[in-house]
Amino acid sequence: MLKNKDKIFPNIYGFFDRSIKGVMSRGGWVDTQAVISKGPDHIIKTIQDSGLRGRGGAGFPTGLKWSFMPKSSEKPKYLVINADESEPGTCKDREILRHEPHSLLEGCLLAGIAMGCSAAYIYIRGEYVREREQLELAIAEAYEKGFLGKNACKTGVSFDVYSHHGAGAYICGEETALLESLEGRKGMPRMKPPFPAGAGLYGCPTTVNNVESIAVVPTILKRGSGWFTSLGRKNNHGTKLFAISGHVNNPCVVEEEMSISLRDLIDKHCGGVVGGWENLKAVIPGGASVPLIPKTVCDNALMDFDWLKEQQSGLGTAAVIVMDSRTDVIKAIWRLSKFYKHESCGQCTPCREGTGWMMRIMERLVAGQASVDEIDMLLEITKQVEGHTICALGDAAAWPIQGLIRHFRSEVEDRIMANSSKKVIQAAE
Amino acid sequence: MTTKKVKINETVHDFDENLTIIQACELLGIQIPRFCYHEKLSIAGNCRMCLVEVVGGPPKPTASCAMQLKDLRPGSDGEPPQVLTNSEMVKSARKGVMEFLLINHPLDCPICDQGGECDLQDQAMSFGFGKSRYTEDKRTVEDFDLGPLVETHMTRCISCTRCVRFTTEVAGIDQMGQTGRGEDSEIVTYLSQTLDSELQGNIIDLCPVGALTSKPYAFSARPWELQKTETIDVMDGTGCNIRVDSKGNRVMRIIPRENHSVNEEWISDKSRFVWDGIRVQRLDTPFKKTDGSFESISWEDAISLASEKMQSGKTTFVAGDLMNVEALYAASRLCEYLEGSKILGDFGASCTLSSRSYYVGNGKIEDIDNVKNIILLGSNPRKEASVINARIRKAWLSGANVYRLGLEENLTYDVEELGCSFSDFQTFLDKVSSKKSFWADTLFLVGYGFLDTKSSGAAINAVRSIVEKYKSKFLVIHPNASAVGSLDLGFEAVSSDKQKFLSEADVVYNLGCESVVPDQKCFVIYQGSHGDKGAASADLIFPSACYLEEDGIFVNTEGRSQYAKKAIQPPGKAKENWRIIRALSEKLGFLPRWFDLNGLRSSLFEEIPIISKPGEIIEVPWEKAQKEKRLVSKTILSSYLNEFYLSNSICRSSKIMGKLARYRNSTRIKEAS
Amino acid sequence: MLRRLSKEQPENFKFTKVNLNWAKAQLKKYPKGRQASAVIPLLWRAQEQEGWVSKPAIEFVANFLDMPEVRVLEVATFYFMFHLAPVGSKAHFQVCGTTPCMLRGSEDLINICKSRVNERQKSLSSDGFMSWEEVECLGGCANAPVVQIGSDYFEDLDKDSFEKLINDIEKNNTPIPGSRKGRFSSEPADMTKKYSRKKLSFENASIERFRG
Ligand SMILES: Cc1cc2nc3c(=O)[nH]c(=O)nc-3n(C[C@H](O)[C@H](O)[C@H](O)COP(=O)(O)O)c2cc1C
Ligand code: SF4
Ligand code: FES
Repeated sequence: MLKNKDKIFPNIYGFFDRSIKGVMSRGGWVDTQAVISKGPDHIIKTIQDSGLRGRGGAGFPTGLKWSFMPKSSEKPKYLVINADESEPGTCKDREILRHEPHSLLEGCLLAGIAMGCSAAYIYIRGEYVREREQLELAIAEAYEKGFLGKNACKTGVSFDVYSHHGAGAYICGEETALLESLEGRKGMPRMKPPFPAGAGLYGCPTTVNNVESIAVVPTILKRGSGWFTSLGRKNNHGTKLFAISGHVNNPCVVEEEMSISLRDLIDKHCGGVVGGWENLKAVIPGGASVPLIPKTVCDNALMDFDWLKEQQSGLGTAAVIVMDSRTDVIKAIWRLSKFYKHESCGQCTPCREGTGWMMRIMERLVAGQASVDEIDMLLEITKQVEGHTICALGDAAAWPIQGLIRHFRSEVEDRIMANSSKKVIQAAE
Repeated sequence: MTTKKVKINETVHDFDENLTIIQACELLGIQIPRFCYHEKLSIAGNCRMCLVEVVGGPPKPTASCAMQLKDLRPGSDGEPPQVLTNSEMVKSARKGVMEFLLINHPLDCPICDQGGECDLQDQAMSFGFGKSRYTEDKRTVEDFDLGPLVETHMTRCISCTRCVRFTTEVAGIDQMGQTGRGEDSEIVTYLSQTLDSELQGNIIDLCPVGALTSKPYAFSARPWELQKTETIDVMDGTGCNIRVDSKGNRVMRIIPRENHSVNEEWISDKSRFVWDGIRVQRLDTPFKKTDGSFESISWEDAISLASEKMQSGKTTFVAGDLMNVEALYAASRLCEYLEGSKILGDFGASCTLSSRSYYVGNGKIEDIDNVKNIILLGSNPRKEASVINARIRKAWLSGANVYRLGLEENLTYDVEELGCSFSDFQTFLDKVSSKKSFWADTLFLVGYGFLDTKSSGAAINAVRSIVEKYKSKFLVIHPNASAVGSLDLGFEAVSSDKQKFLSEADVVYNLGCESVVPDQKCFVIYQGSHGDKGAASADLIFPSACYLEEDGIFVNTEGRSQYAKKAIQPPGKAKENWRIIRALSEKLGFLPRWFDLNGLRSSLFEEIPIISKPGEIIEVPWEKAQKEKRLVSKTILSSYLNEFYLSNSICRSSKIMGKLARYRNSTRIKEAS
Repeated sequence: MLRRLSKEQPENFKFTKVNLNWAKAQLKKYPKGRQASAVIPLLWRAQEQEGWVSKPAIEFVANFLDMPEVRVLEVATFYFMFHLAPVGSKAHFQVCGTTPCMLRGSEDLINICKSRVNERQKSLSSDGFMSWEEVECLGGCANAPVVQIGSDYFEDLDKDSFEKLINDIEKNNTPIPGSRKGRFSSEPADMTKKYSRKKLSFENASIERFRG
């Protein structure tokens, strides 16, 4: 288990004092100026050395992303924080926003100064009203203390942080859709290139990072990249917030070491799978978009980017959705198809039309009202959506179904058989 | 321009690196299927039909409409990047996209007006599956009313957003949008408003499927039954290139032809939908007025009567707004023979316009694309030349500044107001007087409001002096298709002279002009196609062909001569305009050298070489500007055109134009209240 | 789901004085000329004020931000948190139905809504006090199933606690948001016991602060 002293988010549950006084007593906003005084290059280098990979789902190296920002620019540069957290199963950023907002704000300042940004916008999903209130409270506190604003932390640099919110659209988690939304339009992803680092918010150089990616930055800078890399496996370092939902005894959000085994994660923090480990059927290890893994894979699963990728799944947002043996896994995946159909922005043909089609076929598969060939047809449709759209929502809609067919094809076929024999019996009667 | 080597399929070529893949392929003649991409609109990249494979790129296809060559990375050994347009990956992607497009598309091609010229239908043939695998229910969508021009069948919409992009980007109206999201998104106008644009008909051409079709054309013909004639529009002075589709002797529709120098690929709604006015109110036989009412007479009698009158007195010829150059030329020659005079009907100037360097200028329509400053002087291009207005808007969108001297009216872009009189103009000139860089990058667009006001002479001279000194550009906007041709032929435009010639006349020979009011005592011969104000005030009427019924040359506002072609036969006994004048000339004892149109044209070209090259603008020598005078007049410049939809005799005969004018007036009244 | 404006619309819309000042202050967050950025927050404030987003509200916001009306309509119909028709005057239950909540019983909650509120979502109960809809993942999955009412999350629900929640609302007893299983936030349930619940809410009452 991750030792208390290695936790980046000691107050993730909000048990302790969350006022800025309490935060500072736990080390927040302490030594910030000293870190900044080592200069932008130092900050970027340290983050690069720490091997931090983006916590928003794709796992792109954060330090490398920062290095793409142009050094000099006539236009202002922006940092945008992706707090849209809408990937089903994911509820980790919520805890940072409401209980550890100062780690995010301090991270914004450090990352912002490292990249020469003038301001950060934090884009929170609209449903998180209370979380936004907490964050705005924290922003006000930080301004009051002089940590943000003109001459932030007495560095002579001016840096502002603004909160902004959406109004219910998963797609706005996609970074360019988020920028569109932040500019006051529908959240429709932009084509890349140009990438945000070249032309992002208001056409200016922009870096978009997940809440957690930024909130861990102050601690890494203060404790050093070596500390961070001492946790987790090679290329998968540090601590990670896991959100475990579904059929476990004690669902929770918990900070753990990267590369912890799935079984340890569930047994040590969640009181085990409902009915015991043997009662496990499958796990979606990284939020709705990643393909599920069946129990046999779960037995040895390590919770990190590379291990799960090798199993044709992914760490995604580290949102672990546990399904026990009672679960109708076809229905569980159908519900995700419904989600994607609901959330497709409608821009690209394959996603707009494909998500609805896939959902309708899935709906029939739940009831077994299909022919066995339709399983392959469905698989082919997922392949026609995957990779053919502007953003990755199309892929995200395709993968869960592909995972289902990969691992539970026989169950789908059985359902169809059972339904057709039921019909035969009905006809005979 | 930086060039870049790119391998497309198997061959390497040098391209401008700013091209997109689809453009580069087009240069090589490789057709990439597309729905959302349109050369003249912003890139949406949403239909995903144009996917191609970029070798060595990510393992998924790339939208060729959106990817610029400069963003392609070279291979591992620095070899040029390679694009495949027909690989297995590409074929399967296209097939997939087609299938998705068709699942919710109704299979109603047999009753769809787009049938036979539908991109979806064509591409389904080339890339689609034979049979639909989609067994679920199709989506249903509600239609909405876009007004009298555009019919909607939204079940057929494939959400390419071309219509939304056209209306916002080109037409400059923010009324269309896509609401909702995902499968249930809908193309709408704000609360089903009717579109408030002179260019809305273009969305019919842009819509790649049959979702937006022409209301007036609805269900009237199939494209393969139509005879297609490429010709020139005369609804304004722009000279838009059009194609007229006819069935039998009826015009079924008019659509634009692409001509980058003139109309890009747009036409105004007036040009597109005026055709229902072609057959209405037609003069189809000669008429004579006796005791205040008209009776039909034979051509012979009509010609005799005319020649009798013309021999006995002084004749003044009046050029109308829809007359081709050939007719005007024939009239000019006859006028010389009779020692009469000739005037320009619809346009009066208060200054001498002695050569093209006065009444056309040194500018071209295309110059709008390339200048930093555009100064509108007494012109409302939105009404007088809608397509040119769209071009100004395009320039404005890409950063040009527009200034306006004249009355405030919404032009679909922001303008900096300079005031309303010449003295206001002088203030502006004083302010920027010696900024060479400003003037060198400036185009003046001069309208009739500027040319027909007290002291226009000094004003045009002021403009021309700047043009001369700083190499700026200026172009006169003629809202009238015959104006430049008439001026080239020497028809008089100066208002005072015009008045004089009219009052001296015993006979007025009116070539389709609706605005001239001749003296009670003189004999008026009206030659034209439609029975409108001009005909009503005539004593003798010669029925003639209209612009779609005869071959003829029109010189557009920038001095480009273009050939109009005959698409249909004139009705009844109506005849080609030049032929009528030739017959009359013979009767009057003047025997022109020509017997047919070709003969007429060679004689014309010999005399007026600047119009001899069809499709081109022939440069003319610059006449030096006179010494400048300060502009002091405080007279407010007037606007020339009030009723866009009812500006000539053909559109006044069109029911659709009448409807549009009424609609526009009613909304204007609503807005005012 | 098709998103259209309600057939019945009020005559006009105006921000209250407080909201108007708030709206003006919002514009300062964004660079000059980028005031359109505030469109979602403003529409949201309008909804908080009126309960839903009406056509006059759309036009008001368009005018306030100098945006074409159709662009604001696009935004109002794209984002599903905007109600385009009136919702229950006491409560609009937004029941999360996505897989993590489904696995922990959200279908039961939906059935309760159907029987107690209205068979159809987004339709008012007969007395007009309540309405419900199934929403997509609310991002409270470790506390599933979750129902959002207004700005608050009600978590760790089951049939009984949801019935009780509805009862409370019917009786105008304002329910306390948060976990229905006594959890403080998203800690594992057995950890809550280690900390005295009373002490927690005294020291740093998450829930109290949440109620603002
Ligand atoms: C459909 C879609 C939804 C996404 N949703 C989120 C989200 O809710 N939160 C998030 O941080 N990243 C989300 N992402 C990933 C972002 O696009 C982006 O990669 C991320 O914000 C980068 O931050 P990071 O590098 O710090 O991980 C989403 C991506 C896609 C394609
Ligand atoms: S109506 Fe036609 S042009 Fe407009 S989005 Fe639909 S298919 Fe495209
Ligand atoms: S033409 Fe390229 S995506 Fe539509």
